[in-house]
Amino acid sequence: MADPMRIRAQVAGGNATVRVLMSHEMETGQRRDAAGKVIPAWHITEVNATHNGKPVLSAEWGTGVAKNPFLQFTIKGAKVGDKVSIAWKDSHGDSRTDEATVA
Amino acid sequence: MTTRRETLRQSATVAALLFASGLFPRYAMAAFNKGAFDAKSLADSFKALGVGAPVESTGVTLQAPDIAENGAVVPIGATSTLAGVKQLLFLVEKNPTVLIAVFNLSDSVDASITSRTKMAESSNVYAVAVMNDGKVLYAKKEVKVTLGGCGG
Repeated sequence: MADPMRIRAQVAGGNATVRVLMSHEMETGQRRDAAGKVIPAWHITEVNATHNGKPVLSAEWGTGVAKNPFLQFTIKGAKVGDKVSIAWKDSHGDSRTDEATVA
Repeated sequence: MTTRRETLRQSATVAALLFASGLFPRYAMAAFNKGAFDAKSLADSFKALGVGAPVESTGVTLQAPDIAENGAVVPIGATSTLAGVKQLLFLVEKNPTVLIAVFNLSDSVDASITSRTKMAESSNVYAVAVMNDGKVLYAKKEVKVTLGGCGG
């Protein structure tokens, strides 16, 4: 199981800016190990964000997203105390969901 | 003998078919679109995504550094001031796979996304906005990479 995400959601002018830092290798499938064998691709493929249980953003990622991915987006009309939940799925079928409260 | 009316009707049918085929793949894209992410060129990846030819627009802004010291972590952001943005895409022209990420926006989020990408070498970076009315707009910027991010 992967490490937890770090999620910070802060209200600014009626909207909430959400910053997420995920912990993931994001292996491209292009690199080779010391023995010259290709290291198979292993990356996050889907990300879903919800605001108080309502889906607000979904994303599909390829191998080009950097290791330990960072994502920032803005939810309109979010208030202090609202729940923001982020879920990802990777190409190995692993998944992780974390929740944060808007501050 | 083909009358003018028939000709018009036929062309309308063809247009409707094109419209449907152009739109359909985007709605079918809820699951991970492997073809699009495996694409090796901008044209292939737009085709796999089922979006039309993009047009450069000032309504889309791309934030990216002029020079990235480390290609493994290049901060990029896309913002659109236009209403009705359905998707934001990031593409790096000279990466082994050009499509980086697809973001499907809802009405509750701003058309503004920031993330980080990997870049193999200096290349043009594209931020593409797919609009609700089917228009495809882009902004591009050349980013120079001093140390590639995809080497072994």
